[in-house]
Amino acid sequence: MNEFTMDDLRKIMRESAGEDGSGTLDGDILDNSFEELGYDSLALMETTSRIERALSVTLPEEDMADVSTPRDLLAFVNGQLTELV
Amino acid sequence: MTAVVTGIGVAAPNGLGVEDFWRNTLSGTSGIGPISRFDASGYPVRLAGEVPDFEAAQHIPGRLIPQTDRMTQLALAATEWALDDAGVDPKSVDEFDMGVVTANSSGGFEFGQRELENLWARGPQYVSAYQSFAWFYAVNTGQVSIRHGMRGPTGVTVSEQAGGLDAIGHARRHLRRGVRLLVTGGMDASLCPWGLVAQLPNGRLSTDGDPASAYRPFADDAAGYVIGEGGAILVVEDAEFAAQRGARHYGEIAGYSATFDPAPGSGRPPKLAAAITGALTDAGLTPADIDVVFADAAAVPALDRVEADALVAVFGERGVPVTVPKTMTGRLSSGGAPLDVATALLAMRDSVIPPTVNVAAEAVDERLDLVTGARAGHLGAALVVARGYGGFNAAMVVRAA
Repeated sequence: MNEFTMDDLRKIMRESAGEDGSGTLDGDILDNSFEELGYDSLALMETTSRIERALSVTLPEEDMADVSTPRDLLAFVNGQLTELV
Repeated sequence: MTAVVTGIGVAAPNGLGVEDFWRNTLSGTSGIGPISRFDASGYPVRLAGEVPDFEAAQHIPGRLIPQTDRMTQLALAATEWALDDAGVDPKSVDEFDMGVVTANSSGGFEFGQRELENLWARGPQYVSAYQSFAWFYAVNTGQVSIRHGMRGPTGVTVSEQAGGLDAIGHARRHLRRGVRLLVTGGMDASLCPWGLVAQLPNGRLSTDGDPASAYRPFADDAAGYVIGEGGAILVVEDAEFAAQRGARHYGEIAGYSATFDPAPGSGRPPKLAAAITGALTDAGLTPADIDVVFADAAAVPALDRVEADALVAVFGERGVPVTVPKTMTGRLSSGGAPLDVATALLAMRDSVIPPTVNVAAEAVDERLDLVTGARAGHLGAALVVARGYGGFNAAMVVRAA
């Protein structure tokens, strides 16, 4: 399974919650909190649900509590992908 | 306390934005046409009033698009226009001094249909997280409240076509309790298969396929109404507060009343006339003070008769000009009556009654003075009548500025 990258995540984030036109999701956002990026809990739920569908992985909600930045989420998703192998 | 309308935002089948809508309404330009938003060829109803050329991304923040149904996108855009028109920056008013009360009739049906299809065809993991609220009746109110930081009283009225007046009436109650500004009105947009089949069983929709004749209220051969999407959002304020900030206004919400019909088969008379007299009394006006009536106009013969009877009982035969600009939009559910209120205010501003189209004057119940061509003249006060499926009646009197 290929690695889930920041660009993959960016694409799914745009589909999940749109963009405000100011290019918030461009550039280096790995360590910005989802809150700073304007992603509330529901937007994040929609994002993880789309990742689950796209990659056929499971991202248990209780483990999402520790995810607050794109870097955290990438690590979590890639960890789950590795477990599948 | 006097409740005045300081801002209007319109999204109608015959015009996007107030001036576009008003120009088309005065010239008798209809927005009713073949349904294009989905393939309606398999349904007995093929016509609707569709809001043309509305690209949500041009009017509302991209962030809000994945989480909103079309009705909410229209409501958010119309709210923005109404606030601009009122010349008020919500950031300059205390957040608890502003509230939102809108009417809604179907909820976010197009969004809901798509997500229910995802649920049944592909499974729960394919349902959008935003389905949790995007199809709610209250979602337009909620999204407007969040977007503009309006944290005062909020609510939604759900009484079909009457709901649009009920919302404005309720907004006025909040002004009386000391809130300074309310965003009110109504917006529905359920032009999808689910939205259509939900209305078909009432048997009141016109199956005439000709846009020039399908919806002909008060005609001898009226055969039902045409559905439509859109509505109007109004900014209403306490006149004193509006004056303090130097705002001009379109007119006053002077009177409002609502009644409920007796159960079918009870033998007791309908209560529409009582709503009309209630609104007049509330406004402190007599029937002679009303210069024009914007009728509910169901275009179902029995219902048209009830409305004509009520108007004759209050105003006398041919006692007041009656018009139905919604013959150019179709019936917009919760959006219809607020659009009529906006139209009444514009009519008073410009001293002209907009026409009823597609109804030949000679075919009309002769007890009514139905306005079939724009009619100029001073208008001091107007009455808007609205009925909702299931027995709701509402009437509102607006007085010129």
